[in-house]
Amino acid sequence: MPSEDSIRETQSPSFDQCFVIDSLETLAGSVPVIDSRITRIDNLGKIKIRLGLNRMGYMIDPGLYALGRPDSHSPVLLSANYKLSFDNLRSVLPGRSVWLLVLDTKGINVWCAAGKGTFGTTELVARVASSRLADIVDHRTLIVPQLGAPGVAAHQVQRQSGFRVIYGPVEAKDLPAFIDSGNRATPEMRRKTFTLKERAVLIGVELSIVVKYGIMVGLVMFFLAGLGWAGNLWSNVVFHGTLAVSAFVAAIMAGAVLTPLLLPWLPGRAFSVKGLTAGLCLAALHGAIWLSAAAARTNHLEIGGWMLLGPAFASFLAMNFTGASTFTSLSGVKKEMHFALPLEIGGALIGLTMIIVARFVT
Amino acid sequence: MIYLRNVVSLELDRDKCTGCGVCLKVCPQGVLARCGDFVQIVNQDACIECGACAMNCEFDAIRVRSGVGCAAAVLNVMLGRTSTPCCGSSDDSCTTSCC
Repeated sequence: MPSEDSIRETQSPSFDQCFVIDSLETLAGSVPVIDSRITRIDNLGKIKIRLGLNRMGYMIDPGLYALGRPDSHSPVLLSANYKLSFDNLRSVLPGRSVWLLVLDTKGINVWCAAGKGTFGTTELVARVASSRLADIVDHRTLIVPQLGAPGVAAHQVQRQSGFRVIYGPVEAKDLPAFIDSGNRATPEMRRKTFTLKERAVLIGVELSIVVKYGIMVGLVMFFLAGLGWAGNLWSNVVFHGTLAVSAFVAAIMAGAVLTPLLLPWLPGRAFSVKGLTAGLCLAALHGAIWLSAAAARTNHLEIGGWMLLGPAFASFLAMNFTGASTFTSLSGVKKEMHFALPLEIGGALIGLTMIIVARFVT
Repeated sequence: MIYLRNVVSLELDRDKCTGCGVCLKVCPQGVLARCGDFVQIVNQDACIECGACAMNCEFDAIRVRSGVGCAAAVLNVMLGRTSTPCCGSSDDSCTTSCC
């Protein structure tokens, strides 16, 4: 077994990766040349990621790559080895010649990895050394994504590696303009946004997490909801089971779809409050539909129970969206959970009790 | 969009601040602004406690209890599933959309 040091010494990204199109000889050995074009395979992988499939296995080899025909004067851009980040970066740089230094963040995007410290000073300095960057470029400047800053101390990097860190824009798409203006970012380039489109692409992952457990829970609910009522068992299972599952789906829609989409317009600042509002709206709509469609058979206590349990669950799901959002703080989330979690659990328990009791009250 | 009011732990020590302005470049929320020779907190409630400013302040002028504003992460720590506040289940270090 070679020692870890010798692995690091000779470590170069594999040339077998499908986006590598050529090889470039440098003073520090061969460097894989990559394509800035995104293929159908890349896009398919992206869709899978957005649907919450295979999110952990989507990484590329860390190390130094060449885009175009970079030389000793070309800029060096830093990225993470999450393929989506890397694809995003290379796709905005067609026709340019740059070096891309990819850090090993275990397949996690730059911002989250910076928060965990894997996109950090230690890994950066080590990767600069192992890629022998100082032998390849004459300048001593690294362009680090701004969202990598929570993990990188620029002054420490300079002290330890001799390279000066320049923080690039938040979004890779602004890189061409940033580089062309002499590495200057406009105030807009420095701000993290959370637009409707940015929120919409996160819904797939939110739903995939819920669906993973939700199908099982929904099936169990479908059968349990029909037990204990007077009359024919199967007729009860179909009626009350459908009521239960539709209420459950309404709560998921409210918490994991409507709340992300309508985030700026839902009242309140706490996500749990926003989710509660969306949940109450859909639960009320759900209750109204059942009451009007099957007035004779619908039990008011049961509907009332779902109007508590559904919104409580929607509120909880909405609260979980804090992690995917870009403007929440840890202190804020702790404060929100402190008041919201007991209310959500309490509301759910009361609702559940009402649903159970309903079958014994006529 | 602004999250909860008056809860963020960000503090700036004006005696230590040299006005170098690196914090202005790394903040993704426009929390800080230049005020003469120094930097000032102008939008405290917008701070997400990512810690980028404190990490990059050579003069130790910024203090913030940094972390990820993620309910699943907080819940995982509460349930004792992970020691570090991160999201997702215990088998993967991170599986939810936040990281």
